[in-house]
Amino acid sequence: MDLDPEGLFRDDSDSESEFYREKDSTKEFVVYLVDASPKMFGAARSDEDEKPETHFHAAINCISQSLMAQIIGRSYDEVAVCFFNTKEKKNLQDLNGVYVFNVMDRECLDRPTARLIKELSYVEDRFMSNIGSRYGIVSGSRENSLYNALWVAQALLRKGSAKSVSKRILLFTNEDDPFGSITGATKTDMIRMTLQRAKDTQDLGISIELLPLSWPDEEFNVSIFYAELLGLEGDDISQFLPSAGEILEDMTDQLRKRMFKKRKVKTIRFSIANDICIEVNTYALIRPTSPGQIMWLDSVTNLPLKTERSFICADTGALVQEPHTYFHPYKNEIIKFSMDELSKIKNISDGQLHLLGFKPLDCLKDYHNLRPSTFIFPTDEEIVGSTRIFIALHRSMLRFQRFALAFYGSLYHPQLVALVAQDEITSSSGQVEPPGMHMIYLPYSDDIRHVEELHMAVDANAPRATDDQIKKASALSRRIDLKDFSVCQFANPALQRHYGILQALALGEDEMPEIKDETLPDEEGLSRPGIVRALQEFKISVYGENHDQEEANTAAAKGSGSEASRKRKAMAETAARESASYDWADLAENGKLKDLTVVELKYYLTAHNLPVTGKKEALISRILTHLGK
Amino acid sequence: MARNKEAVVLLLDVGPSMHSVLSEVESVCSMLVQKKLIFGKSDEVGVVLLGTDDTCNELQKEVGGYEHIVVLRNISVVDGNAVDFLQNLPRGNFRGDFIDAIVVGIDLLIKKFGPTNKGKQRICLMTDARYPIKAPYEGTKEDQVNTISQMMQTHGIRLDCIVIREKLPEADLRVMEENDNLLDQFSRKAIAKIVHVDSSTSLLGALKTRNISPVTVFRGDLELSSTMKIKVWVYKKTSEEKFPTLKKYSDKAPSSDKFATYEVKVDYEYKSMEDPDKVVPPEQRIRGYRYGPQVVPISSAEWEAVKFKPEKGVKLLGFTDASNILRHYYMKDVYIFVPEPGNKKAIVAVSAIARAMKDMNKSAILRCVWRQGQGNVVIGVLRPNISSVDNIPDSFYFNVLPFVEDVREFQFPSFSSFPSSWQPNEQQQEAADNLVKMLDLAPSSKEVLQPDYTPNPVLERFYHFLELKSKQPDADVPPLDGSLKRITEPNPAVFSHHKSVIDNFCKNFELKENPKKKKSSKRAWRGKPSTFSEKEEGVDDFEAMMARRDSSKWVSKAIKDMQNHVSDLLENSYDGDAYSKAIECLVALRKGCILEQEPKEFNRYLLGLYEKWKDTDLANFFELLSSKSLTLISQKEASDSNVTEEEAKNFPVKTELKF
Repeated sequence: MDLDPEGLFRDDSDSESEFYREKDSTKEFVVYLVDASPKMFGAARSDEDEKPETHFHAAINCISQSLMAQIIGRSYDEVAVCFFNTKEKKNLQDLNGVYVFNVMDRECLDRPTARLIKELSYVEDRFMSNIGSRYGIVSGSRENSLYNALWVAQALLRKGSAKSVSKRILLFTNEDDPFGSITGATKTDMIRMTLQRAKDTQDLGISIELLPLSWPDEEFNVSIFYAELLGLEGDDISQFLPSAGEILEDMTDQLRKRMFKKRKVKTIRFSIANDICIEVNTYALIRPTSPGQIMWLDSVTNLPLKTERSFICADTGALVQEPHTYFHPYKNEIIKFSMDELSKIKNISDGQLHLLGFKPLDCLKDYHNLRPSTFIFPTDEEIVGSTRIFIALHRSMLRFQRFALAFYGSLYHPQLVALVAQDEITSSSGQVEPPGMHMIYLPYSDDIRHVEELHMAVDANAPRATDDQIKKASALSRRIDLKDFSVCQFANPALQRHYGILQALALGEDEMPEIKDETLPDEEGLSRPGIVRALQEFKISVYGENHDQEEANTAAAKGSGSEASRKRKAMAETAARESASYDWADLAENGKLKDLTVVELKYYLTAHNLPVTGKKEALISRILTHLGK
Repeated sequence: MARNKEAVVLLLDVGPSMHSVLSEVESVCSMLVQKKLIFGKSDEVGVVLLGTDDTCNELQKEVGGYEHIVVLRNISVVDGNAVDFLQNLPRGNFRGDFIDAIVVGIDLLIKKFGPTNKGKQRICLMTDARYPIKAPYEGTKEDQVNTISQMMQTHGIRLDCIVIREKLPEADLRVMEENDNLLDQFSRKAIAKIVHVDSSTSLLGALKTRNISPVTVFRGDLELSSTMKIKVWVYKKTSEEKFPTLKKYSDKAPSSDKFATYEVKVDYEYKSMEDPDKVVPPEQRIRGYRYGPQVVPISSAEWEAVKFKPEKGVKLLGFTDASNILRHYYMKDVYIFVPEPGNKKAIVAVSAIARAMKDMNKSAILRCVWRQGQGNVVIGVLRPNISSVDNIPDSFYFNVLPFVEDVREFQFPSFSSFPSSWQPNEQQQEAADNLVKMLDLAPSSKEVLQPDYTPNPVLERFYHFLELKSKQPDADVPPLDGSLKRITEPNPAVFSHHKSVIDNFCKNFELKENPKKKKSSKRAWRGKPSTFSEKEEGVDDFEAMMARRDSSKWVSKAIKDMQNHVSDLLENSYDGDAYSKAIECLVALRKGCILEQEPKEFNRYLLGLYEKWKDTDLANFFELLSSKSLTLISQKEASDSNVTEEEAKNFPVKTELKF
């Protein structure tokens, strides 16, 4: 239905696309469960700014961003947004304190739409008047809003089988002790009920994930209550780091990262030596995002079209079945290959990663690259001990500044790879680089071009910069220094524009959004006097004082003509002179043009800047057209 | 004459010291010709051998000398015969003189083309340059090389020389040094490239077997600012050579048809959903873009009007520390920025910036729009490429970097957060350290498997098979050649050389299959699984789970898991090797089921097992059961059972039981 016909022509590209696209055999259903108690609306940061930042705002922000990414990348996943600790209630079970947020033309749990994203981003503005916030669990009442919320979420996730769909509840809250306000038997009873509800939910194959928000001075203590609800034990609790940060943006960042569900590409075996073979998972952390697939519509009805593919024998025109034999012309013959033979040719290894040895990092050159890298991380799931070996090698490789050379015998694209160990890097906003190894796909000799040799100077050395020129260049580079540059700090302006337009059209808006192109150089910064001076000094040092003048002169010289252009000019002048001696209108009128020679006809054409190619008839008709006859 | 047509003379040393690598020489040269047969059908190839027993060349006839040089094939358009020649090179018994051979090669080219075809003529010499060349009649050897270089330059002939030296037993180092100097002199005085390789694998990758005419991606200014610009040309530095696209074959053409193409065309028809018979013509089709569940129709004209249209140009955003850009962010194949050829100012400017970047360990960030009308921008990193050859200018490599949208920030646990049982101890770390240190593929700058000299094994195999099939249509896919196996598998020589390090590594680490996980059919990971611990854990886990009182679910889960475990054991058992383990597990399962009053679960399972396996070679397992008094659970043992004591005892002999 949504076949991109261009993509189907190439057999090899099918496997290519597999590399760029992640396998998403499973859909994902997510319920975002957001605490809306007054505590969530307390200022997390009191700033001079007029609008205080709240935890609630941070949560909504994260969800909006994630929906935005989802509508672009994985639009088949279904989501629901649900608030608890609300004044109003809106849910199928009619439970108090739970409000399921939704927009037109959409089930409660459904694919995200442009409208959902838009209205969600404005939800805060009228939250108090429309939905309202209050504490749901208070002493003296048997109301349990957390219990209700879990129940509603579970009910929302009832559809779809747990086998084919991964179901998650993401719980945003800043309250680490939801039952803190009540005491006695009621408390124990309510805790027990809530835990049982959570357990039942988990038994149905729904995972509950907690995204705690904390105050800078008061860390979210997961062991008070939530550890038990989530089923964390021992080490898990200490590993469970609450997202807290001095800055709310950092926390938003952490939450956003944690909302991703890690999707592995596949599990592969990594054979190290003799009979030692460990297991690692591969992840596609970096892949170009494309504007998505298109589908063909009928422009009259705007309904999707069905694409039908048929195979036609080029010799007889007969319809044939999809052929299973391929051929390659060679030495004026046709060499046939069966599918089986082709896959045998490509199958030169066993799908495993084979260690060949180690090399110092400087053997990995800047031009040893073909495709985005793949991340590998060990797993003990099937082979116990894999992680230990991986960690040991990882450490040694970092210590000795070496990478591992390996052969990745993948069935569709076997390749030599470099495994580069990456140490964990963290910042205030959490993990920046995960620990593990990056698999870098290396080119073969056929893939490398020796372009620089094309313009080799014979018997003469190429000019090199002098020390002074290098010094000027160094000064320049110190001036134009991007101190905190981090890879991927830019949004792709083409994609942003693409989705901006789509969103506007999907919502029926007339105005096209303006997208800021962040990738343009900082003109203002570049015009600072220090930089201008450094640029000027460098320019003079490599180009000489009068460069611009010289350039202008050469450009002018080019304009006023080389040998050829002078000749052309002279010819045009002659033609104009000659052409003037004929009365063309008269000749045309009387059909006498055909009596002239081609050379004579060309005088007219050249004088009037018309093409002079073609046979005599063509020239005549061109003249007639030009004369308007 | 076709624009990119080229003429190559292969000068192949077939003397005695070359015999060990001649099969690779044969295969790399026939690959060259094969690719010409496909991609450059009008290219011309000549073959000259040196070190042969005979002598056969025109120069010898005309002026004398030039012994042991045979012109195997005069320069002519490539054909299948050339492949045959190259695949069956004769082995010579004499020491060839490579300078003589170069002269013969030049002579062939000059006689064939005269002053025409400049710059499209190439001589390709493959030798080990191990024996001294003859002293010239007059002047020194250096003078001779100068004269020859001069001649090559006037006729626009370039020289590619591959010097192959695998190992160096009793070789005369002085002679080789002299020869190397002579060859290097060519690269200074003429357009020549000398490559040294030391293994048969690198030999296969050392010769460019396919000519791809280079195309610039961009010609114009590298803008440091609006006032300071450097003229550059941008090319692709790497680009993957793809597996050839094969055509679909149709056998419908009558055998009498001489002009049959045998091709299959693929036709697409777009049909309306409501009326499947109605074909929608192309002009009535419109593109739909997905946005969530919605599909937004936009015509190409509308799209053209609103889409992102950046201005052509390559602009500097700034410099940054090289360490800010990690290697794994490189996204694509690599570009190279060379200064505009012949433009001295540009060459110096590029050189100054490249060398400054190198000294300060900086990278530059650029924003590129290669062509006008391109719908996107590229952000990437510029790295210096300081030329090591005097007559090649300095240049830059450029790698594309990802945008925010291209990166998935998955979070992974820190290694330090893993339990201590997953952390290597000191001894293990030392074993790993030794492995990383010793298994060195680049000892003292002699790097093996350099990408620049490593051929693509799949393509090598395809072209080899293509040639084979052209002679024997029913040939089988040949196994991977030994030299190519050096790429796909660890080199046994290297591994056995460091046997003690590897053995020590293997000894220090233990791997075992995770018993909780269902079996994996592949048992590739270790020769002998540590059977004892696996059995123990299976039973232990079961008992631990049965003992949990917090939910009744654990019992049924434990029973289920154990049943699966036993089934797995039996399915994977070979010649009864897993029987004892399976029986141990069954005993535990039986005991558990009696305790938990779940006799039916056990009985049903055991009967099911029997039904499934009784007619296979596992039948003897059930005989073993009765000998271990592993019977069905009778009513006497657990009141819920509906099996009598009598029936239980008779299992598996009498099995017509109801339950």
